[in-house]
Amino acid sequence: MAPRPEVVEQRDWTGIAIKALSPIVSVLLAVLISSVIIAVFGKDPIAAFSALIRGSFGSMNYIGETFLSAVPLMFTGLAVAYGFRTGLFNIGAEGQLFMGGLAGAYLGVLLGGMSVFIALPLIIVAGALAGAAWAFIPAILKAKVGAHEVITTMMFGYIARYIVSWLVTGPLKAPGAIPQTSLIGPGAVLPRIVAVFPGLALGRAHMGLFIAAGCAVLMWFILKYTTTGYESRAVGFNPLAAENGGVSIASTTVKALCISGALAGLGGVVEVLGVQGRIFDTFSSGFGFTGIAVALLAKNNPIAVIPAAILFGALSAGSSLMQLEADVPIKVISIIQALIIFFVATEPFVSKWIQRRRKEVTAHAE
Amino acid sequence: MPLLELREITKVFPGVLANDKVSMTLNAGEIVAFLGENGAGKSTLMNVVYGLLSPDSGEILIDGKVERIRNPRQAIDLGIGMVHQHFMLVEPLTVTENIVLGREPVRYGQVIDFASARKTVVELSERYGLKVDPDARIMDLSVGTQQRVEILKALYQGARILILDEPTAVLTPQEVRELFGVVRSLVDEGLAVALITHKLEEVLAVADRVLVMRDGRLVGETRPAETDQAGLARMMVGRDVVLRIERTPGTPGDVVLSVDDLVVDDDRRLPAVKGVSLQVRAGEIVALAGIDGNGQREVVEAITGLRRPKAGSITLRGVDITHAPPRRTIEAGVSHVPEDRHRRGLVLEFDIAENMVLGDHRKAPYAYAGVISTNAVADIARKRVADFDVRTPSIHVLAGALSGGNQQKVVVARELGRDPELLIAAQPTRGLDVGAIEFVHEQILAARDRGKAVLLVSLELEEVLSIADRILIIYEGRIVHEVPAEEATDEMLGYYMTGGGGTKLSAAAEKGAS
Repeated sequence: MAPRPEVVEQRDWTGIAIKALSPIVSVLLAVLISSVIIAVFGKDPIAAFSALIRGSFGSMNYIGETFLSAVPLMFTGLAVAYGFRTGLFNIGAEGQLFMGGLAGAYLGVLLGGMSVFIALPLIIVAGALAGAAWAFIPAILKAKVGAHEVITTMMFGYIARYIVSWLVTGPLKAPGAIPQTSLIGPGAVLPRIVAVFPGLALGRAHMGLFIAAGCAVLMWFILKYTTTGYESRAVGFNPLAAENGGVSIASTTVKALCISGALAGLGGVVEVLGVQGRIFDTFSSGFGFTGIAVALLAKNNPIAVIPAAILFGALSAGSSLMQLEADVPIKVISIIQALIIFFVATEPFVSKWIQRRRKEVTAHAE
Repeated sequence: MPLLELREITKVFPGVLANDKVSMTLNAGEIVAFLGENGAGKSTLMNVVYGLLSPDSGEILIDGKVERIRNPRQAIDLGIGMVHQHFMLVEPLTVTENIVLGREPVRYGQVIDFASARKTVVELSERYGLKVDPDARIMDLSVGTQQRVEILKALYQGARILILDEPTAVLTPQEVRELFGVVRSLVDEGLAVALITHKLEEVLAVADRVLVMRDGRLVGETRPAETDQAGLARMMVGRDVVLRIERTPGTPGDVVLSVDDLVVDDDRRLPAVKGVSLQVRAGEIVALAGIDGNGQREVVEAITGLRRPKAGSITLRGVDITHAPPRRTIEAGVSHVPEDRHRRGLVLEFDIAENMVLGDHRKAPYAYAGVISTNAVADIARKRVADFDVRTPSIHVLAGALSGGNQQKVVVARELGRDPELLIAAQPTRGLDVGAIEFVHEQILAARDRGKAVLLVSLELEEVLSIADRILIIYEGRIVHEVPAEEATDEMLGYYMTGGGGTKLSAAAEKGAS
């Protein structure tokens, strides 16, 4: 084989560094401003954040709780990110998550008596399919008649929630007073990490963490190395040029929303099989919506979704210790989350500010 | 005293010295043309004058007084007006509303005095011979008329110095002549006009003085009487340039593309193509010439599968592709260089390598079973970059970071590199400088000589006359005239393009279709 000419890979490291730096700066700014807010209310911000950090990373058990909260956010974060990469705003990940959870809860009871090696993969795949199916209808509406996915996926989110609400109070209600489904069978339970790797005593954290991380890597691969991902990105950036290149905008849109829905559905089924064991009205604390924030913070990069979800997971896991020790209400966590989103959304300003700082620093150095 | 004087203006962009100590003067009553290739720094310089960019060093003097122009508002207050290449008009508003926008005459504090606004507009338009209906909505006007509105707007704002950025890029030959008449009458009234262009014949036709820029520097000053096209091109590019490509006549072979009685609607669902029939043979270049908006776009989109025809048929080497989607037309052997490389030609956020395989990205060796081979993609990208002389440090540079000429080379490299049966080239040299135009024309001719069929869609008569073998003129959705290139003249094409031949299908066109 003839030697390939040497190509100088001109990677813009400073550019990449600034890109990675600006979400971090956003988070730090959010922490700074919430400290001021905490101080204004007469509490000690240092005590609050120290409790928050200890409550989320202070012990293996706490880390486990952080992972537990992060897993559904990884899935919904990936779901929203995949949509964004194709130029679609899947605001209805919450609904797809409910449908995935519903499939998990229903099949978990139905197939729970089977071997875990058969039941578990089967149910997880079914959860993904349920999420994909729930995204398919808005996707077809978008592709065929141009109905905007922001409206349709959101409305389908409501429909999903109310279907679940109706099922858990009616047809699928477990015996007893509480509106919820029956507990899934043992074959459907997603084992805890500690049960599989006894050395990793991560409390309640379950194997869904590895499924989520695997999905992130898979999504990275799809986006970078497959024609599906290539076409998704092309449509996301410039649908008209993609179309000119023989890419069907309609089928790419449908495919992308279904992939997005499948990821959100996985989040639902994994949450049911790994944590709750059943589905009920409030089984999601807005995972689908927090997923939007996770995707934004990760700038739609699937690998970056992992730390971003862990951060949001840590905020929610650590909040109870913060309330307990520093007497700061849990709602402050919502303020911090909102501030992070605010600063990520104003990212152009943040990265400009970083660049200016850099210039000043180098100017001083000279 | 000159109206405008620039002293050693320097403007640096990251990695590029856009203007390098440029000094010049502009006097009342003269037209100065800024000539230069794309990226030579002409537009940057004028944007500095108009306050859109601030210079890193140097001085701007208006009426002999040093001024710091921080924004266009200040520039306007100093009597500087600029008409951009892309018009800045509000489409749903009327001509009058657009012209007075930002400086509306007001009565009773808040009420816009439309009567007096309209009167002013009419007066201005009569005084300078800029014919325009003050009550027409912008979106209903032709491009040439919209440009007149832009000029009127600058005059309304009190411009004494008028900067025109590539004003003829979108105009028909007749409109160009009219524009130059208007410009002449403006300088006769004591205005100064700076004309940015890279078209040599325009410079010779209208300018009093020519300033030539290259690589950010002023490399020469001359007068039209002292030079000719070849001389200007040499100053501009820094070497001798072939202005009229030497070529042998085509040797048409079998019919490759056959379009029969095609009917296509436009985006507003109004008929845009009303029964077009044409054929393109292997080894010939057929030009579809016409003024923008006469159905060319719809013809091209129907052939490439981007738009569904209402009636008629399209076959490629005997295979029916009338209703084939773009993916199938590409597979059938149709390549398409779209009229707007940013809109349809490139994914600007993709790197060169990714753009180079758009359309081939599903085929081996670029992808196997849905997995892309980045090595194969990089190999073909490197080959095409080398073959088509794309100037870039790496194939991983984003397409959006390339100059217009290099972007177009990427599109042409991709579409020709695919080795198609039929190349549809829509405005393949739009916005390119002479060097790049020469290159693209050579590539298209080389493709023809390899036996490819080429359908060239162009608004530039120069281009049509210099590379086509056969010319079809489209007017209001119908082909009204057909002529072999060697028998065609500017005047004749212009006559038919503006409807001179009537709208009925001419006998010549019918003969060509059979």
